[in-house]
Formats: sequence, structure tokens, C-alpha cells
Amino acid sequence: MSANISTMNGSSGGLRQRFAAFRDGYPHFFVLGLMVGVMLLLALVPYRTVAGPWLQAGEEVPALLQLFRLGFTTWFTLTVSGMAMGLMIFIMSSGMTLTFGLMSVLNLGHGGFISFGAFCGATVVAYLSHWGGSGSLMLTTGVLILAFFYAMLITGALGIFFERVVIRPVYGDHLKQILVTIGGAIILMELIHVIWGPTDLPVPRPDLLRGAVIFHDGVPLIGGAAIEIYRLMAVVVGLILYALMQLTISRTKVGVLIRAGVESTEMVEVQGYRIRMLFLAVFVVGSALAGLGGAMWGMYEQIVNAHMGEHLMIMVIVVIITGGLGSITGCFYAAILVGLINLYVGYLEPRLAGIATVGLMVAVLMWRPQGLIPVLRH
Amino acid sequence: MAESLLSLTDLHANIGQYHILHGVNLEVPRGELTVLLGRNGAGKSTTLRTIMGLTQVSRGTVRFKGEDITGAATPGIARRGIAFVPEGMGIFQLLSVRENMELAAASGPIDPQRLEWVFELFPPMKQFWDKDAGNLSGGQKQMLAIARAIIEPRELLLIDEPTKGLAPSIINDLRDAFIDLKDQEATILLVEQNFNFARALGQSVAVMDDGAVVHAGQMAALAEDEALQQELLGLSLGAHQ
Ligand SMILES: Nc1ncnc2c1ncn2[C@@H]1O[C@H](COP(=O)(O)OP(=O)(O)OP(=O)(O)O)[C@@H](O)[C@H]1O
Ligand SMILES: [Mg+2]
Repeated sequence: MSANISTMNGSSGGLRQRFAAFRDGYPHFFVLGLMVGVMLLLALVPYRTVAGPWLQAGEEVPALLQLFRLGFTTWFTLTVSGMAMGLMIFIMSSGMTLTFGLMSVLNLGHGGFISFGAFCGATVVAYLSHWGGSGSLMLTTGVLILAFFYAMLITGALGIFFERVVIRPVYGDHLKQILVTIGGAIILMELIHVIWGPTDLPVPRPDLLRGAVIFHDGVPLIGGAAIEIYRLMAVVVGLILYALMQLTISRTKVGVLIRAGVESTEMVEVQGYRIRMLFLAVFVVGSALAGLGGAMWGMYEQIVNAHMGEHLMIMVIVVIITGGLGSITGCFYAAILVGLINLYVGYLEPRLAGIATVGLMVAVLMWRPQGLIPVLRH
Repeated sequence: MAESLLSLTDLHANIGQYHILHGVNLEVPRGELTVLLGRNGAGKSTTLRTIMGLTQVSRGTVRFKGEDITGAATPGIARRGIAFVPEGMGIFQLLSVRENMELAAASGPIDPQRLEWVFELFPPMKQFWDKDAGNLSGGQKQMLAIARAIIEPRELLLIDEPTKGLAPSIINDLRDAFIDLKDQEATILLVEQNFNFARALGQSVAVMDDGAVVHAGQMAALAEDEALQQELLGLSLGAHQ
């Protein structure tokens, strides 16, 4: 990356050169800008202008031009919703990218933690449904905090057990890791069936989080847009967690150790630190975050089942690979991209939403095989 | 000869299925700089890595200050006061110079006086204190690798080919740093291919070939004994001819 920054300084100011420097120096902003920009174009250029000739002639407007029907309020709603979805996926993915980055451990059991956290959260929300139904801000906040905390506590504790029993024996062997952690995920799923039964569990979302914020018609551009309160909350929680993670990683000793460990675990040990303890800590926090993400997702869908983690794992894997394995920043931007592309494409052409997620990964990897923000390894 | 700080006795080590060290015997006297010579592939780096616990010992013992540390875990060995500068330096490129140094000061915050001394030895460290280590030049990276090893008082420094690929002026800077360290009676085991550099610094010397030490003694004796020098240097330069 440094090379690109120097070309930026050294350039004679040619626009193309500067564009290339931006694209290669800040690939995450570039892709994000491209995606949001295209959608903004569709939203801001009036449909009548583009489709005018066909409309006047009374002919059918070509499908591609019909995309310009997108209005700005819809764009706004889609963007916020995509951010909400992306940030929940970010919370689920962050632990997995760090465990891979640090110890090159492929934990395909991660989805089990997502499901488990969702059920733990759902249990608290159901148990305290009278708080949630009270309409009181304090009690609603209480339900949320307890549900999220409980989900993190249980999945974190499971993480300790999982690391010792499932992961530790298969360090350094990816094939075994894949087999053993998938086995671990199946056990977690069966455990859910044993504890909560085989049927789906509805999650009674607290009343205060059910409605939507509707922007007054008088508000320029976004007047009339409706944004679900729960999504706004997810955005806020996600951004706070991202800020906390960045602070931890950039400012604390543990953060320095994590970054150092992603580069070379051996040299961390040579400095006198036990990388296994560091890894255990990261694994446990990552499992707890998966649980938190699951709990948030469950409340968002208002229903949980034992297989939800498995389904979400597809997006989680896309996110950590697209972002660059081991990079929290990459994970964050890739998660937002995945959230946005799901909402955007889901709106424009619903049948393509699933393909678009994978398509995004393929496109990014063809351009940058190490992902958006690659983490250097010796 | 001074008492041994580190002794390797009949050390054998395997990497995968390859038997790399075939019974290394080596004494590193306290307060001296010992040079480990030997041609490419002789097993010098593997010896250092085995002392650090990075390569498993399959037979023999490593004693440090009289204590048997064979098979101990790397962090524990490091905490006993052994610093290791590997071949390729092993600095953290994505961390700043400061962060590299702070991690190396594992027992607590960096001692400001010692840091001043390190800055005197290696001025670029001060200049690039908050810059990413990955942006340093090759010579500056080597300085950082050594600065990291000496930021706390250590019992023993293991340094693998610090002059490799460096320009003569930087090699002179490194030599000055080593002379300073010798004045402080640090114990150093230095792997070096550059015989002039080694001869200027070394008090003791050991020469390895094919996974074993084939000669050990005083550097002064080796410097005087032309025939032995011829034989051993021929050995140590064999791979280049
Ligand atoms: N990871 C490995 N796998 C297989 N063989 C190895 C490995 N590492 C080292 N060896 C072999 O072990 C022998 C000793 O290697 P080592 O790096 O210790 O030599 P050296 O004396 O440091 O050489 P150089 O002067 O080139 O650094 C060599 O024959 C090398 O090929
Ligand atoms: Mg070597």
C-alpha cells in the first residue's frame, strides 16, 4: 500500500493517475463509492428523462432503463437498511476474521455460535416480554442489554470450551479443522434442539423497537422515507462496536499483540508473549460477538431456528474473504458492501440478490486476490 | 576461559523428516562475543532456533545459567532473558517502530535512559519512531531488529547474520553498536558469514559444518593460525566458490 501512496505524492497531478492511486490505495472506499454512486445515479436521474422517448412513443421501456424508477427516498431507505444488515454481519464476522488472521484457524463452527447466541437472546426477550410490552424506554433498554449480554456470556463460555476441546487438537491442519469444526457446529445445533426443542422460536421484539421513523414530508429529499427503528439501533450498535474494536486494536497492548500476531506468531513468542493465551482471548471474544450478532439478527427477523447460523455463514465467509482475512477494517467495509448489495439488488431484481453477494466477492477477488485490505504475512 | 552461560550438549534436531543437527556441542562464555561460522546450510540458523525453542530438540540438552531448558516453550525462554534476532530480522512491518520496541520491552514500559542509548546507537530509530517499520530501509530494519533485542538488559543475545545484504557504511554502524555492547559485557552469540566483521568482534569462535561444530576456540588463535584459517575459511566459503 505504501508504494501507492508514494505514487500519489509523486504524480504530476494527472487525473487518471490520481484516480488509480485512490483506487489502489483505498480499495474499500472505491468499491463502496462505486456501489453507492451507481445507485445514487439511478435515484437522482429522473425516470421520465431517461425513458422519455419510449414513453412518448408508447413503447415498452427497456428493462435496464426501468431501474431509473428508483427514487431518492427509496435509495435512502435501502441504504440505511443495507447498513443495518451489514453491521450485524460485521459483528458476526469480526471474530472469525481475527481467529483466521492470528492463528490461521478455519472455524466453520462459527455459525453454531451465531445460532446459539440467537436462541439465548430470544430466551431473554421472551422471558422479559412484559418489559418489552411496557413501552418504557428504560425497560426496553434493559431487555436489550440483558438479552445481548446473556447471549455473549453463554457463547463466550462455549468459546472457551470449543477452543480447548475442538480447535486445540487440530492447530496447523486446515483439513482437520474443516472436518472437526463442522462436527462442532453440528453438536452445537443438536444442543440447541435439546435445550429449546426442534421448532422455530418466535422473538417478541419490544414494542418500542417495532415501529419506524417516518421523515416528515417537508424534509427535503428524504421526506416520507420510513426507517425501522430496530435497523437504526443495529446501525448505532454496530458503529459503536466497530469504534471500540478499532480503539482496542490501535491503542492497547492487546491490540498491538494481535496485529503483531497476524504478521508472525513466532516472533510474538520470541518477544516473550504466549500467543496461545492471546488466541484463546480473541477466540472467546469472537465467539461472544458471533453470539451477539446472532441475538441481534434473531430479534431483527423476529424468529430464530437452529440453522440460521449455517445460512448466515455464507455471508460471513464472503465478508471475511472479500475484506482480506485478518483485517477488521476490511471486514467492516466488506460487511457493509454485502449488506448494501443485498438490499440494492434485492430491490432491483430480487432473484439476483443471492448471486450478487457471491458475485461481489468474485469481482473483488479477481481485482485483488488478497481481498480489499490484505494483511501481510511473512 | 569464562564460565559458560549457555551450553549445548550433543544437540540433535529434526525439521519434519530431515535430521538437521547431528550432535552440536557448544559453549558460550559469559560476557563474551562468540561468533558462529560455517558455510551455507551448515545448521547455524537451526542451532539458534533450537536454542529459542522454535525447532524441537530430538536429543541432547540446552543449558542456560546451569538450568536445563531443553524443550521449554519459546515465551518462557525469552522471559529468561534471551533475545533473538532471526535471519530476515522478524520485525513487525505493519507496526510502528515505537510499537515494535514497546512489544520487545516485555517486562514493562521502556526505560527512557536505555532508549536514549539505543537512539544514540541507531539515530534512525528516533527519526522514524512513529513510522511503520515496513517503510524502513533494509539497514534501518536491521537496526530496529537489534534495537528491539537490546531495549531491555538481556542475559544473552542470539543474532543471525546481521550484515547480510547491507552496505559497508551500515555494517560499520552495526560494528560500532556491537563494540558498545561488548564494552557493557553483554553475552552474544553471533552467526556471521562476513569473516572480517566476525574477526574484528569475536572473542570466541565456533565453526559448524553439516549440523555439528567442527572447531571451537579463541578468535585470536584462529586469526594467527594461517593453516587452520585456510582450512576453516575454505570450509566456510566453500558454498561460494
Ligand atoms: N524448513 C526446512 N525444511 C527442510 N530443511 C530445512 C528447513 N530449514 C532448514 N533446512 C535445512 O537445514 C540445513 C541447515 O539450515 P540452516 O538454515 O540452519 O543453515 P545455515 O547454516 O543457517 O545456512 P545459511 O548460511 O544459508 O543461513 C540446510 O541444509 C537446510 O536446507
Ligand atoms: Mg542461516
